[in-house]
Amino acid sequence: MNQATTSRNAFQLALFTVLVPALNIAVHWLIFIFFRDSDLPPVVNAVLAVIWGALGIYTIYYSLNWVVEQYPDKWKNRLLPFIFVGPAALILGWLLVLPTLRTLYLSFLDASSDKFVGLSNFAAVFTDRLLLTALRNNLLWVFFGTIACVGLGLLIAILADRSSFEKLAKSIIFMPMAISMVAAGVIWKFIYYYQPGDEQIGLLNAIVVAFGGEPQAWLSMVQPWNNLFLIVILIWMQTGFAMVIFSAAIKSIPEELLEAARIDGAGEVKIFFSIMIPYISSTLLSVTTTIIVFTLKIFDVVMVMTGGQYDTEVVATQFYRQLFMYQNAGYGSTLAIVLLIAVIPVIWLNLRQFRKEGF
Amino acid sequence: MRKKKGVRQSKWLVNLVLAIICLIWAVPSFGLLVSSFRPAADILETGWWNIFPHKDWKTVTQLELPRDTDLRGPIEVRGETFTDDQLRAGVKQDGQQLVWGNRRARVIDVQEKEWTAITRFSTENYETVLGGKNYKITMPDGTQKTEKGAGMGRSFWNTVAVSIPATVIPIFIASFAAYAFAWLKFPGRRTLFVTIIALLVVPLQVALIPILRDYTSLGMNGTYFGIWIAHTAFGLPLITYFMYNAISQLPKDLFESAFIDGATNFTMFSRLVLPLTVPALASISIFQFLWVWNDYLVSLIFLGSLPEVQVLSMNIANLIGTRGNDWHLLTAAAFISMLMPLAVFFSLQKYFVRGLLGGSVKG
Repeated sequence: MNQATTSRNAFQLALFTVLVPALNIAVHWLIFIFFRDSDLPPVVNAVLAVIWGALGIYTIYYSLNWVVEQYPDKWKNRLLPFIFVGPAALILGWLLVLPTLRTLYLSFLDASSDKFVGLSNFAAVFTDRLLLTALRNNLLWVFFGTIACVGLGLLIAILADRSSFEKLAKSIIFMPMAISMVAAGVIWKFIYYYQPGDEQIGLLNAIVVAFGGEPQAWLSMVQPWNNLFLIVILIWMQTGFAMVIFSAAIKSIPEELLEAARIDGAGEVKIFFSIMIPYISSTLLSVTTTIIVFTLKIFDVVMVMTGGQYDTEVVATQFYRQLFMYQNAGYGSTLAIVLLIAVIPVIWLNLRQFRKEGF
Repeated sequence: MRKKKGVRQSKWLVNLVLAIICLIWAVPSFGLLVSSFRPAADILETGWWNIFPHKDWKTVTQLELPRDTDLRGPIEVRGETFTDDQLRAGVKQDGQQLVWGNRRARVIDVQEKEWTAITRFSTENYETVLGGKNYKITMPDGTQKTEKGAGMGRSFWNTVAVSIPATVIPIFIASFAAYAFAWLKFPGRRTLFVTIIALLVVPLQVALIPILRDYTSLGMNGTYFGIWIAHTAFGLPLITYFMYNAISQLPKDLFESAFIDGATNFTMFSRLVLPLTVPALASISIFQFLWVWNDYLVSLIFLGSLPEVQVLSMNIANLIGTRGNDWHLLTAAAFISMLMPLAVFFSLQKYFVRGLLGGSVKG
């Protein structure tokens, strides 16, 4: 009797294990086909697509979890983590890990990916003038971009915390984040715009002329400072990100802690360095990491504003150019790998922090 | 008493410094807003700040020179001689400016500085962008026909259909994964986590061609589903990193007592972990949403620019590209595309202030 239930259960389990994932795939594939081939009015289409996307992902997890719940406890605990991590691992494996490995492989081959050339692509990246410029500019981006975003973000977060118009100030600083790169390009063209003569429609040149200076072609002629003018755009857009997160972190510092320090006679500067900074150190690390990664990958600011001309090329734009325009898969892939190597120290720092917190 | 005064003084200073920073931050967007309401010709001729009262040269009288004045030689005007080049650029005399009014008729404008403001505003840019631009087409038989270009309505809804699922799906997947990394034990946990963190830095351009090839063979090109999955993959590393920071900071006793009460991991996750990390979820949602809403590259490659699927950023980019230099339209289009992200930001803003947010904020 007991034997019989177990074997029936085992049969049921096997059935569920096969059936539920298969059903999931079939249902979503059918919906996918429906959307691909149907011609609904835009509004209906959008609403249905949103419902499918949001509910679909929930039902997938729910049904898979239900299957695992049918297993005996020992197996349940073993399988469950893979249900939770599985989808992330699958998607990342397919869409990011495999392409990255392929890129690594291509970086050891020549331009048309026919011949093995060893490390000569890497040698070229560090000697070719064009590629070196890209590396130098990327260093400028990472250095100035990160310092300014993190520094200004922290400063504004602290100031806003003590000001009388916190909400307004934070909204103003955050607003550029809501702007697409294409739109930001338009905005900043109105600032850097150059034409000869006294009548300027670019704000920066208008200011320069008003103070009796000569108008400059900021983005093309003033090398290598034109890179800094591009970095200003990034700072304008990304400081809001840092500020928002720092602001939340600062607010989580217990008021008593700050009060106690003030009673002990600590100045604001001392409080900042010996209480605030240690308290928000892990936030500081994660924000800095995010912005370093962002600046390392910077692409559209440069593409929209200068297209990489006038020595403003960065690694990502040069990578794009090598791969899609010059058809040099070797150089292109090598540049991507260099980016990957460049970030190892940052990743290592983060892992150390995770370990400290008991990962 | 003295301390209070010090505090008030520093508050005044804080407000001032912050106000200056905010002013600098707001000027570029404000310039765009002003420009979007100006007629096309004005945008290209004068800076947007000319809408404020300012001193500018204004013609007060005109001087007629003898018709036979030689433009190559020195030109005498009111007792002084100037060259043709000087008169073209404008030259100063007794606080007035002399400039050619009509060079061929030998007429010189005498200008004085006067207070003016250019206040011609119109909503024409917005009307054109929203309704579609009118094109005049000459038919083969010689008759003229006006044809309306694509407006922004369709692409607005397309962007909604792309952005909301492309925000919800990765956040869901990443939160489940982050929960497993933080609170479940399984083989390969460390390696997997390190890999995901390392993927933060992979430039997405690396993946474009291989994915495109796979999508083509699966028939997923130009579909919403395809672009959701692409955005999910590109957003997952950062969201997992953020959600791990938030979820791993939850107190341990919470989990222990819930397990004693017989909760499963799934109910724990949906009933306890998600509600407790709402601030983190709200903020990472905003960032992912903004990123997807404003994305250009990914949609260009996986959705294409057909009007049926075209998203807003592509619509704007098309204004620059195929339709020549329509700066005046760009200003309005850029503003329209900002409206939705701003609405999302303001509606979720309260979580920012209260929040324990993604970045490992101790709570």
